[in-house]
Amino acid sequence: MEHIKTVNNANLKESCAKGGCGECQASCQSACKTSCTVANQECENESRKGNK
Amino acid sequence: MVHTFYLNGYYIALDVNSGAVHVLDKLAFDLLNKFEDKLPEECPCEFVKELSEEYPEQDILDVYSELLSLQNAGQLFSEDDYERFTDMMKGAPIKSMCLHISHDCNLRCKYCFASTGDFGKGRKLMPVETGKKAIDFLLTHSGNRHNLELDFFGGEPLMNWDAVKEIVDYARSKEEEYNKKFRFTVTTNGVLLDDDSIDYINKEMKNVVLSLDGRKCVNDNMRLTINGKGSYDIFVPKFQKLVEKRLKGENKEYYARGTFTKNNLDFANDVYHIADDLGFDQLSVEPVIADASEPYAITEEDLPTIFAEYEKLAVEMIRRKKEEGGCFNFFHFMIDLDQGPCAIKRLRGCGCGNEYVSVTPDGDIYPCHQFVGNDEWKMGNLDDETLDIEMKDKFACSNIYTKEGCKDCWCKFYCSGGCNANNYSFNKDINKPVKLSCEMERKRVECAIMIKVAMADK
Repeated sequence: MEHIKTVNNANLKESCAKGGCGECQASCQSACKTSCTVANQECENESRKGNK
Repeated sequence: MVHTFYLNGYYIALDVNSGAVHVLDKLAFDLLNKFEDKLPEECPCEFVKELSEEYPEQDILDVYSELLSLQNAGQLFSEDDYERFTDMMKGAPIKSMCLHISHDCNLRCKYCFASTGDFGKGRKLMPVETGKKAIDFLLTHSGNRHNLELDFFGGEPLMNWDAVKEIVDYARSKEEEYNKKFRFTVTTNGVLLDDDSIDYINKEMKNVVLSLDGRKCVNDNMRLTINGKGSYDIFVPKFQKLVEKRLKGENKEYYARGTFTKNNLDFANDVYHIADDLGFDQLSVEPVIADASEPYAITEEDLPTIFAEYEKLAVEMIRRKKEEGGCFNFFHFMIDLDQGPCAIKRLRGCGCGNEYVSVTPDGDIYPCHQFVGNDEWKMGNLDDETLDIEMKDKFACSNIYTKEGCKDCWCKFYCSGGCNANNYSFNKDINKPVKLSCEMERKRVECAIMIKVAMADK
């Protein structure tokens, strides 16, 4: 690839396989209290982390 | 869906449905921008002709081949096939709570969404017994969830500190029996902090949110004491002591959390002040939530200035990371492009009303702290053990496919539909996002992605 560089491992599709465990942060409450940016939260699914 | 943007010298393409981020040269950027949907096997002649005025034909064909390879690898124009997961959170356990330990406050901040602490319902403190009932509620409604989050909120929580300590003790005494782990947090203005409360917070609270607005002149214009004086000089040394001690202990997480308004659209200077002059490296400085009629409210005409400020901040953060080897952390530029939340999580922005509720000093249950005081949204009460399941399901079923405009927005897996309370507050519909908030969020996400791109560029 000379003209395009991919900077991450695209994995949103794969994330569904072991996703939806519900252990991660449920709201904006622990940092900002007025808005929600889900993409900056941490995944807390131990089995999914193991696949990294 | 592919979103392309140019920022800080980088041509960037985000493949929305896979999450892949690509950095392109200008030719690749120009060629990709000619397509709204999937690429055909052969590059359309008219595009080759158009671009051949600026680029060699062979280069155009080479780039097209690269784009096709990415598409075939599922990293460009990938499908949105997540709608099948939308019902997964219906009937979810409630595992997170905002406990309004004090509906009273010792500051009178002009922009307070809680009507300077009492949420429009009178100044009162939560009795310990109500707090214990709230703990019992979480323990019995959290199903198989192990991690339970509980934020002590107000008003000002330190005005009812003995109750906080009793409730924490009570919750801890139940953890083993129920196989749960409580993660306590507290949001404070710092006025009443002393050595004892600092040590207690640092021992028991996984995270602490320290409210301040940056430069003294900015802070003291909005965050006033009851007798109308500035609060900056009261809390700054206390916050500094708390953080200094905290970083030596087990619980290191904290946020210095500021609000910017129309009065300080140069808010990057407040970020630098908090970081450089006060010494806090975990920051969250956010736009005020206010009715457009307020003189300090952010309005559409402010957006170009705010966008420029976010870009300036992003560029400075990159400079510090590269030249100085480190930089403060800005909450809204945090993003994990590889191992962030799963796509299922990303279908809804917030668990409010479904996985997360707020409880008032009277034991009333609301979907979240920003709905408190609005009777229409009261979900139940701890004393009479009521909970409106219909309302809970309404929140569970609200997602990026039910929210107006989200399905076709490139940012949907980053903001995940935004804040329900904000939507209701401005548009009287939790499924109708607020345009102004969306515009700012999209700019922040672009900046966050660009920072990742810049840091990968050696």
